[in-house]
Parts: sequence; C-alpha cells; structure tokens
Amino acid sequence: MSEVKFSKEHEWVTISDDVATIGITKHATELLGDIVFAELPEKGTSVTKDGTAGVVESTKAASDVYTPISGEVVDTNQSIVDDPSKINNDPEGDAWFFKLKVKDLNEINSLMSREEYEKFAKESTN
Amino acid sequence: MYKTALYNLHKKFNAKFVSFAGYEMPIQYKDGIIAEHNLTREKSGIFDVSHMGQLFILGDDKLTDKLQEIFPTDLKNLSINQSKYSFLMNENAGIHDDLIITKISDGYMIILNAACKEKDFEIIKSKLGEDFKISLSKDLSLIAVQGPESKNLIEKIIPGVNKLKFMFGGDFKFNSNNIYVTRSGYTGEDGFEISINNNDVVKFVETLISLGSNLIGLGARDTLRLEAGLCLYGNDIDENTSPLEANLKWAISKNRINSNFPGAKKIQRQINEGVTKLRVGIKPEGKIIARESTKIFDENNNQIGKITSGSFGPSVKSPIAMGYVNNTYTKENTKIFLEIRGKKVSASVCKLPFYKKNYYKGDINVGS
Repeated sequence: MSEVKFSKEHEWVTISDDVATIGITKHATELLGDIVFAELPEKGTSVTKDGTAGVVESTKAASDVYTPISGEVVDTNQSIVDDPSKINNDPEGDAWFFKLKVKDLNEINSLMSREEYEKFAKESTN
Repeated sequence: MYKTALYNLHKKFNAKFVSFAGYEMPIQYKDGIIAEHNLTREKSGIFDVSHMGQLFILGDDKLTDKLQEIFPTDLKNLSINQSKYSFLMNENAGIHDDLIITKISDGYMIILNAACKEKDFEIIKSKLGEDFKISLSKDLSLIAVQGPESKNLIEKIIPGVNKLKFMFGGDFKFNSNNIYVTRSGYTGEDGFEISINNNDVVKFVETLISLGSNLIGLGARDTLRLEAGLCLYGNDIDENTSPLEANLKWAISKNRINSNFPGAKKIQRQINEGVTKLRVGIKPEGKIIARESTKIFDENNNQIGKITSGSFGPSVKSPIAMGYVNNTYTKENTKIFLEIRGKKVSASVCKLPFYKKNYYKGDINVGS
C-alpha cells in the first residue's frame, strides 16, 4: 500500500497495486459538519482526475466529491450510503468512498503528502 | 458586522460563526447540528436570538385602534401579557415580516425578524404617525430556552415562570433587574423567550448552562423549526406570498377579515376564490435532500412549484422540505418530482408539522 496522498479538494487516496481507494479527509468532514447523505459513482464508470465522482450533503449544504486520480470505478462503499454518519466518525478509515482501477499511476505525483496537505488545509481555513 | 452581548460566551464554547442579517451569529458549537437538535428535543437548549428586533410602542386604546389598521390581528380582545403571531403586510397581502405581538401594561412589544427589523420600524412608524412613542431596543438581548427540561431549569432561576401558558408572558426578575418572559418559541418544543438587559444576559445564560442547559446554534434552530413546520422569513414567506398562500390563515383573526388592514382586499378575495399556490410539507423518497429553490414537477414533467426550505430532519430521521405547489397538488400523498442535480427524484406531499409539538396550554398538555 502506498503512502496516503491528498488533493486540494480535500480527498485522500491510497494505492495498492493498481487499485486506488479514495475518501474525503477529516478536515473536510469538520468543514461540512454532520453528513446526512452520500452519493457514489456507479461501478464500471470511468472518472477523470479532478472531475466530480459523488456528492455529500451535510445538514447545512451539498458538496461535490472529486476524484484525485483517473480510472474505472471497481467498488463503492454502500455502507456510507446506508449510514452517512460513518463518514464523520471514520473519514480516513472505514468510510472510504470508492475504489478505482488506476489509469495512470503518475497522476499521483501531483498530489500532496500528509504534511503538505495539513499545511494547505490550515492556510485555506484561515 | 454586529455582535450580540453573548459573542464572547459563544466563542468560549467553540462556536462556528456565520454572518446572518448583519450579525456574527453561532451556527453550531463543537458537537454539531444533529447533537444540538437532539439536546433541544430531549433536554434543554439555549438560543441567542438577540439579533431579532424588540420593538416597543407605548399608548392606550387609541394605539390599539391604530395598530389594528396595520395588523390583521384582533388586538382589542388580547389580554395583557397575551401574544399573537401576526404579519406586517403590503397592499397586495405580501408579507413584509412575520412577527409576534404581545400586549404589555403600557402598550405593545413586537418581536421582529433580524433582517427585517429596520425596515419594519420605518413602515410601522410612518403608519403610526407622531402620536405614539416607538422604539427599537438596543439595550435588550433575547434568549430562547427550549425543550422538555427547560421549564424545570428556568423555574429555579425565575420562580413562577412555569405557570405561564403557551403564548402568554409576564414581568419577572433576574439579578434583581426586570426581565420579560413569554412561553413561546420556534422549535416545536415547550419553551420560553426571555427579554433581558445586555448587562445581565451573560450571567443568565451561564447560570442556565451550569444547571444543565446547552447552547444551540442557528443550524439546529433551522432543523428544529423545519420539523415543526414553521416558516423562515425570506425562504418560506416573503413579499410575494400571502398568509393564505403560506397556509397561515389561522393567524388572521376571524373577526378582522372584513376590516381595513393592508392587504385586506386580497385576503378577502383569496378566502372567497381560493389560492393558486399553497405551502405544503414535502418528503423526498430515500435519503436525498431537496434544498431551497429545487423545482417541483408533476408526472408529466410540468413545473408545479418550488421548494422554499429543505434539510435533513434529525428527529424524523429523513429528509424533509416545505415548498409551494399549484393548488391542485396540495392533497396529502400526492406524488411529485423534485429536480436535484439534473435528476428527477420522487417525493410526496405531506402534512405539516413533520414533528408533533406539545405546548403547555394550562393544566394539561395539549398537542396542537
């Protein structure tokens, strides 16, 4: 499993062989508040880096979920659709959103390390 | 940006702030909207609503006559310390603001929405003329304490408040200063609203917290009022909707319908001929949330209305919404379709409120 990487849209991604697991960051859930709805991409669809690949809604507002990397959706986490509060409880663990068969492993190079992301998140909040 | 007298206390309790009607107000505290919503339904919640307007108009019977030319409410038969929900309307029966009028010993107190208060003040002042003293308070805070445990908590600080009936108020003391308390609120729960001097409000709220009540932000205030089927001014009612279209006919006093107040002719016509659109409750199917401005369609893809408020209802545990639909689609269980992110989602028209309220009306608790 690769080191976890982060996007400016507050998604995280880990890669194992050629399959990426993607979710939203703890920082994102703190900004959103209580999440009450999640919509995931359908299995078999192709998604493109920085394109929308889902929606989350909190009690306050709806937000798009973007994919930090391109590929074909091979699995989705239905448990967060059934119980969206899981996303608040374990956003960077059990509450992953979807898995992709990665199209181009090089795309991951443009993403941030945890340290870089934490700095970015702190600056964008202030 | 204005701040209320409780701003530093909100900060101390880790409030997240939003700008609302020119005020920096807490939208939530550290536990979040759903936890705060549930605390209010199950225990007790404190809401800082000091941004709302507290308008005082002093005068006697002549004032009552004059105010009846402004509001569609029977004020002559209002007893001292009794409150009524009412509207400030334009000539076309559009709603400038929805408000609560309370008769007090030397005149009337009117609680106004924050975003409307300056405008309301000017309208009411110009209609009243020079004969009556009118003032929008700058020295008073307004605190709502809501939820089933509130009456016992607040009785410890303000002995006697528990005797108040729903939509009645009275003069009390806190810290040996005068306060005015009404049994009312905006959550669908039993509760109180306390008008208290800015100098005493921090101590008052801190005392309530120490007794076990909890600060609640505007986020939960919105989900609570939506479940209770109550209108948010600017969303569910505005200058283009009449009280009849908003399904608030009950708030127009029966013995005033044929009298002369702004919008009376339109109200009379709508009573006789019906309305073309009506505010209804709406339940989307599944978990998807329909927000304000979502378009509503019939099964033949004709647009028949628009959502005006929508969120997740933490107590009913499903998405809920209110909106206006053409008058042939207002029957309970009518199937409608909501356009959300380009897709049509099925929904049904339902009764309001989503959450049944239980107000204190005297010796027994009567659901309304």
